Amino acid sequence: MDVHEYQAKELLSGYGVPIQRGAVAYSPEQASYAASELGGWHWAVKAQIHSGARGKAGGIRLCTTYHEVHEAAQALLGKKLVTVQTGPEGKVVQRVYVELAEKFERELYLGIVLDRKAERIRVIVSAQGGMEIEEIAGSSPNAILQTIVEPAVGLQPFQARELAFGLGLNLKQVSRAVAAIMGAYRAFRDLDATMVEINPLVVTHDDRVIALDAKMSFDDNGLFRHRDVAEMRDLSQEDPREAEASQDNLNYVGLDGDIGCIINGAGLAMATMDTIKHAGGRPANFLDVGGGASPERVAKAFKLVLSDAKVKAVLVNIFAGINRCDWVAQGVLQAVRAMHIEVPLVVRLAGTNEKEGRAIVSESGLAIISAETLAEAARKVVAAARSA
Amino acid sequence: MSILIDEKTAVLVQGFSGDKASFHAKAMIDYGTRVVGGVTPGKGGQTHLGRPVFNTVKDAVRATAATTSIAFVPPAFAADSLMEAADAGLKLVCIITDGIPAQDMMRVKRYLMRYPRERRTMLVGPNCAGIISAGKAMLGIMPGHIYKRGPVGIVSRSGTLGYEAAAQMNALGIGQTTSVGIGGDPINGSSFLDHLKLFEEDPETQAVVMIGEIGGPQEAEASKWVKENMSKPVIGYVAGLTAPKGRRMGHAGAIISASGDSAAEKTEIMKSFGLTVASSACELGSTVAEVLRRNPTPRTMA
Repeated sequence: MDVHEYQAKELLSGYGVPIQRGAVAYSPEQASYAASELGGWHWAVKAQIHSGARGKAGGIRLCTTYHEVHEAAQALLGKKLVTVQTGPEGKVVQRVYVELAEKFERELYLGIVLDRKAERIRVIVSAQGGMEIEEIAGSSPNAILQTIVEPAVGLQPFQARELAFGLGLNLKQVSRAVAAIMGAYRAFRDLDATMVEINPLVVTHDDRVIALDAKMSFDDNGLFRHRDVAEMRDLSQEDPREAEASQDNLNYVGLDGDIGCIINGAGLAMATMDTIKHAGGRPANFLDVGGGASPERVAKAFKLVLSDAKVKAVLVNIFAGINRCDWVAQGVLQAVRAMHIEVPLVVRLAGTNEKEGRAIVSESGLAIISAETLAEAARKVVAAARSA
Repeated sequence: MSILIDEKTAVLVQGFSGDKASFHAKAMIDYGTRVVGGVTPGKGGQTHLGRPVFNTVKDAVRATAATTSIAFVPPAFAADSLMEAADAGLKLVCIITDGIPAQDMMRVKRYLMRYPRERRTMLVGPNCAGIISAGKAMLGIMPGHIYKRGPVGIVSRSGTLGYEAAAQMNALGIGQTTSVGIGGDPINGSSFLDHLKLFEEDPETQAVVMIGEIGGPQEAEASKWVKENMSKPVIGYVAGLTAPKGRRMGHAGAIISASGDSAAEKTEIMKSFGLTVASSACELGSTVAEVLRRNPTPRTMA
């Protein structure tokens, strides 16, 4: 799960990471009021969407009067912002963050990730902040310093100090950077984050170290013990179908093809989509109905898949392990009868009680195309989508 | 032979009295697995499915001499139960649970390192279908009847895709020694590599199918080892060619977030290390058959 910049900053600041004062606003009036409350003469009005690279897309405006803050908020709110990370469809700005703006002398990078190879937390810093870390890694890999955290004891101050000195900071700056690094690490560890990125971490002329931007992602599996973080979820930033699916505990990812997929198991779902492509078709979605594939879940899955107007044919591929094909078949028939599915439907059932399941489908009198193998199922659904 | 488990393996069920655990423990017993007892804190002294229940894993090990467990413990308590099993000296622990926080798994893996290599617990999972040694024993939630005795080992991140591979092989008359599901989480107890090493040493296994998916470095690491150390042929497949970058595809670990994570890249890596890669998921069985034809010499039995 991702959160907005202002939410990440609120969390990080609770762990001692220094941030600028700011306030979130949902309207231009709130924005200019926030600026007047914050005081000062310079403000940044920042579009809050789940994406980086907002500055380059025009999502961050520097203002010097309340009127400019009002206008900037008006220009951003309700508009679609397209960044290199959002894809061409962009994301709608529904809140802005008004923050005190101030001059800084250096831009650094601080990132913390869960390193799958080392199976440890990795802390990464660079003196070339403000750029994407991938860019820095490509152009000047030597400018990146990193350290791996031993999980039994956590990040030690000496590790943070080594990184801070490595950035060429003066003594005062080093102690403040160490506080920021240690704080960001503690937030990462305590809140079950999978990523913290502070880019840039800026150094001011009077040696303060401040998180100017902040991004955090969280382990969905850890949210059960962080209610406060879970409540920060902003469904408006997610694909509406995916958000609906997650309410029903289904895993759905929308794609741009025309063959709807309902499959049990994530690996089999991906493999089935690949097989459709191999057969010359294009999958419209990833959907894992889970090991159970109960009639209720199958019905919900159909509703979700068919809510995509691009879908011209649907493939149901179930390899029954725990459950039984005859139960799944009954669930499919119930859904087809209840929903008046008009697109061609290919059903492939395998595993426990596959014969009984196939018999139920073929004796139903419904126009369901049956397939026995994965290859046959893919071929038939691609043909059905073409002729539809 | 087979790897990890056989009909003699004495198995405990952790989280024994839960609905899911009871359902699958019964299926495991019906399959012929030697389930000797279970652990549910607070229910020690009771009997469940005709087996004794213990409060702690240590109690259970003392009473039954179990060496292995399968855990159906809810995510919030899973890490604790895995460390308990390791501390009680179990050799093999299979954790089925989906939804364990990644940082919990990180700490569990660190905890396992406390023990010297010879008594260190082998952890399989989490978020996996488990292990089955065809015709001998089942430590998981798979449909046991789809596996038939034969010469091929399977190691897969995905459960159902592993079933698909077994079914395609059976249709061609090719059976399995052992099938291992290592699970779909970003940090798992054991990797492809750990199980390839065991299959390499198993005299009955003639070839291994390795079924990967997008995300993580394990397929590449294992492929490199195959090239350098493995005498038996390995058939590879990676699911997720159509998966978009940065999206999590069902499994917590199935996400393309770094270079080398995509299915296309992993497939290339496998090929570069000499694995035979099935060109699509529906050619898993036929690719195995082809590889067995090309490598007909059965290895001398140890």
